[in-house]
Amino acid sequence: MSVNDNLFVIILASAIFYGTPLVFAALGELLSERSGVINLGVEGMMLLGAVCSAVVAANLDGPAALVLPLALLAGMAAAALGAAIHAFLVITLRVNQIISGLALTIFAGAAGLSSYLANVWGLGRNPSLNQFGRMDLFGLKDVPVVGPILFDQTLLTYLSWLLVGLAMVYLFRTRMGLHLRAVGESPQTADSVGIPVTRYRYGHVIVGGMFAGIAGACYSLTIVPTWANGLTSGAGWIALALVIFGFWRPDLTLVGAYLFGALSSLSFTLQARGIDVPSALLNALPYLATIVVLVLVSNSRLSRRLGSPAALGRPYEREER
Amino acid sequence: MTNSVDPKAVTAAAVAAFGISKRFPGVIANDDVNFEVRVGEVHALLGENGAGKTTLSNILTGLYRPDAGHLEIAGSPVVLDSPREAIEAGIGMVHQHFRLIPTFTVAENIALGAPRVGEGPALRMGVIEERIRELGQRFELDVDPRARIWQLSVGEQQRVEILKVLYRDATTLIMDEPTAVLTPIEAEALTSTIRSLTDQGRSVIFISHKLGEVLSVADRITVLRQGRSVATLDADGATREQLASIMVGREVERVERRGTGALPGAPVVLAVEDLSADGDRGTPALRSVSFEVRGGEIVAVAGVAGNGQRELVEVLAGLRPRTSGVIDVDGELMARADARHPIRMGVAYVPQDRLGTGLAPDLSIAENLVLKRYRRPPVARPPFLRSSVIDAEAETLMAQFDVRAPSSHTPTRRLSGGNVQKVLLAREMSGRPKVLVVSTPTQGLDIGAVATVHRLLLDAAAEGVGVLLVSEDLDEVLALADRILVMYEGTITGAVEAEQASIESIGVLMGGGAAEDVA
Repeated sequence: MSVNDNLFVIILASAIFYGTPLVFAALGELLSERSGVINLGVEGMMLLGAVCSAVVAANLDGPAALVLPLALLAGMAAAALGAAIHAFLVITLRVNQIISGLALTIFAGAAGLSSYLANVWGLGRNPSLNQFGRMDLFGLKDVPVVGPILFDQTLLTYLSWLLVGLAMVYLFRTRMGLHLRAVGESPQTADSVGIPVTRYRYGHVIVGGMFAGIAGACYSLTIVPTWANGLTSGAGWIALALVIFGFWRPDLTLVGAYLFGALSSLSFTLQARGIDVPSALLNALPYLATIVVLVLVSNSRLSRRLGSPAALGRPYEREER
Repeated sequence: MTNSVDPKAVTAAAVAAFGISKRFPGVIANDDVNFEVRVGEVHALLGENGAGKTTLSNILTGLYRPDAGHLEIAGSPVVLDSPREAIEAGIGMVHQHFRLIPTFTVAENIALGAPRVGEGPALRMGVIEERIRELGQRFELDVDPRARIWQLSVGEQQRVEILKVLYRDATTLIMDEPTAVLTPIEAEALTSTIRSLTDQGRSVIFISHKLGEVLSVADRITVLRQGRSVATLDADGATREQLASIMVGREVERVERRGTGALPGAPVVLAVEDLSADGDRGTPALRSVSFEVRGGEIVAVAGVAGNGQRELVEVLAGLRPRTSGVIDVDGELMARADARHPIRMGVAYVPQDRLGTGLAPDLSIAENLVLKRYRRPPVARPPFLRSSVIDAEAETLMAQFDVRAPSSHTPTRRLSGGNVQKVLLAREMSGRPKVLVVSTPTQGLDIGAVATVHRLLLDAAAEGVGVLLVSEDLDEVLALADRILVMYEGTITGAVEAEQASIESIGVLMGGGAAEDVA
């Protein structure tokens, strides 16, 4: 038995595989929250992205290299539309952000629009033909230990690494990133020095939606072979907890996503090895962990110390006389 | 600046306003305001709250457009449509409430939204920090560009605000009540900064309502009154009295009363014995305090803030539990520690946080005026309120206490500080109290309002109410009190009759010195 069949290696490899949609979703939410807008619609946006990318992947004829990017774009566009509605409600109309986000998830979620569209488009009947396969990056797949973990993933995983790196540079090394953080910390201050608060918020909520769309597409285009309603099974909620868990930093969020990815994959991995642990318990692990994280950080003073944007959840209105 | 001719005499004004008017619904905030700021000058805009200083500075910084009149910068007319345009025209605002992000570094705060200075889209913090250090050296604004704002003192934070404006190449700096938040030592440092700014050709518009500091800092003073610029004069040769009367529009009464004392034969209306209470952190803040207040007497509690005064008034108002001790109001024991009990017993309370604790900011003046009496007739016919009675009472009280507002239905948050305080005093006095507990009643008020509040307190005492006045303003304490109690670390370190008191003797006690140390 090769070292690459070691249980530890397999768990790490699947942690990354199953953690990838969490990385996208949490990164998108992170951008939105850094601008001061909390978006509880992640789960809904993911499902919108999943269904729209699945329908393109299933119905468009052509080479996978063309169809898959188009499918991904369709998912991003659909989720961005959901985010744009949230943005309009909470930024322009100053609706309560929690309520608007919840409404988005309920409207677009498993019992709503995404399942309806899947039904209308007949997605459940046959397996999707085009899927992102594993890609042997730089031919390093068979290198002991790191090969299967890092270099035998799908294109989407490699894309997520690129985006996390870009997000780090953007947030902490560019002028726009500084302005974004200022908008999330104190929109009054940002406004007083001429930073367009509204534009920053719209932009990042919508880009955050696109990321959620990719996250959804991860499910319909890689993880799940055939469409099932509500196939993200609450990953959007985990992503929300991950943003906090990662102290609103892309790099730490990535680590958290893989931790949760490992927890989500544990039940298949252990079962495949014939290790007898009740699968219901294992399946519940990521959600249990989410609850623990959320309870720990629900103390507002603590969450502030963790780096929560000070203006998170608060609409901005210019002072009038 | 090497000219032998005085540059101030030849150059055009740095900023000038001609006939500026600005109306808001129901208010004329600025009415034909004229003034000019010379290059290298400290020009003060002096006026009471509501005289139009804030509106004027908002016009100068591009937040409002004037309805009439125009601005000139360096001799040419300008129209400022946004804060950005004002900054580009060289006008920078140093806000009274700092616009800084606590978790960011000094350099990040300064670079925020500023035009790039040769660094490109990437943030080159090194370049920015270097420029801040240069500016800091040039204008005596010492602050570490890498420090985070929350680590800095208030004075240092203000320096960051000034640097922020200088970083944007402002030639005229508007400072809005810059000393309001500073300690005396920090205020001195600010004065020397202002000198170094004007020495290097910058101009400063210094907005204030404090006569003393305006006289010591400014070269020239423009006085605003009810939205109009009523006079511009040289600071040299101007006097406090002269400025005060121009500012208020009449001779200002100087409230002065010492030692009239309790009314003859007046009973003790408030007796406190061995009172102790814990502070917010659960540690003892008030240790075994005893004193008495007689009807018609004003007893002042002096002390540096944070020595137990707040806890004392909160216990008296039933807002804080005591750990031991007895409170006796007009011969009756205050048994329970809740807020309603003291009200019933005749303790009126004017808290330090007037708008937050004292009044409901979003409710109207009329509603606030009955907040302590709404349960019983005549205001209520339970369970209903009688709005006609409430309105009628409001009109009477507003007239009696000189509350100036568009109507009795105006929300109290729209009122100036002085009017807020008058509403509060009107409500408390209308309950016919035996004891009036007031905490820093004139903090942040302009001189006209201060005089009114002082007069109202004296009126209350004259009606036989025992007044307990907590104040950090020693001038106020000496002007009003019959007796002065000094608090230090939760105990009363000394009680001085007003006739024998001086700022020096009270100052010693406030610093923890014993009464024997007072010569």
